[in-house]
Amino acid sequence: MSKFQKKRGKANPAVSTASLPDIIFMLLFFFMVVTVLRDAELKVKVTTPFATELTKLEEKSLVNYLYIGRPEAKYQSVYGTRPRLQLGDKFADIADIPLFLEQHKVKVPENKRPLITSSLRVDGDVTMGIVQDVKVQLRKSGQLKVNYSAKKKAE
Amino acid sequence: MAKTSSRSRMSNEINAGSMADIAFLLLIFFLVTTTIAEDKGILVKLPPWSDEKPDITQLKTRNVYSVLVNAQNMLLVRGEEMDISDLRDNAKEFIANPTRREDLSEAPNKAIISLKNDRGTSYRTYLEVYNELKAAYFELWDELSRRKYGIPYSEDMSAAQQKVIKGEIPFVISEAEPTSFGEEN
Repeated sequence: MSKFQKKRGKANPAVSTASLPDIIFMLLFFFMVVTVLRDAELKVKVTTPFATELTKLEEKSLVNYLYIGRPEAKYQSVYGTRPRLQLGDKFADIADIPLFLEQHKVKVPENKRPLITSSLRVDGDVTMGIVQDVKVQLRKSGQLKVNYSAKKKAE
Repeated sequence: MAKTSSRSRMSNEINAGSMADIAFLLLIFFLVTTTIAEDKGILVKLPPWSDEKPDITQLKTRNVYSVLVNAQNMLLVRGEEMDISDLRDNAKEFIANPTRREDLSEAPNKAIISLKNDRGTSYRTYLEVYNELKAAYFELWDELSRRKYGIPYSEDMSAAQQKVIKGEIPFVISEAEPTSFGEEN
């Protein structure tokens, strides 16, 4: 008994806190890295279909996103349940596409403008009607590089 | 006696100087191993817009592989109903025509795929069909690349080799204006 008490009295259990900032910074960096910054809040439900022949989109600054899907439940009272187009962070009409593309284009250096790709993030359950209208408008605006966003299918 | 002396040494503080290094090591480890969710998809080049309707009358019927997808998501390939799982092999046979059949394409570079859908076709089915057609071409490119250069086809190949392969089997897909059938609610 006495032996045990002696030991406790001698040891000075002060844990060093010098490394605490490092640990906190590490956590901070970790979350900074894994978090994907979404530039737009999704107002439409988009579940992209699966495919196998996928191409990676390399440079993010050269990509503009067009979302097509049914409005989320909280917007359905205003916008209905028909599939809608979302550009940036708001609902849009097909006629708004040229302006949207132009707004993105001016931010891109001139020599890289031919490389601009439009990423169509379309819900799998949407019918082709609205997708077709968007495609026609993209062709009319001269935006011919299009990427149908899809998830990798496990084979 | 020796035991007690070693115990008293334990009261020393643990050296925390290397903690920062360990932290940075972990940080770098996570930096390297985590992949940011990237955008992937099927890359498509749309044809430029023109108001005139393309003239396809001078094409020989044997060179056209027509694929129709209706609003019930059913496939009609060259006048016959087909399951989507058979599309890839069928398309490959049509393009390459290994047995020189009279009713299939004259040569791979003359084959044209004509894709037509209804406005009521679901996007999922459309993309699946497009994916199968693209996969058919990819497999043909891969076979040709192995025969010619002995390496599998990939985007990392030299641009000249890719050009030769795509020149022999060009990916030509023509999408017709969809029929306005089955447009949804």
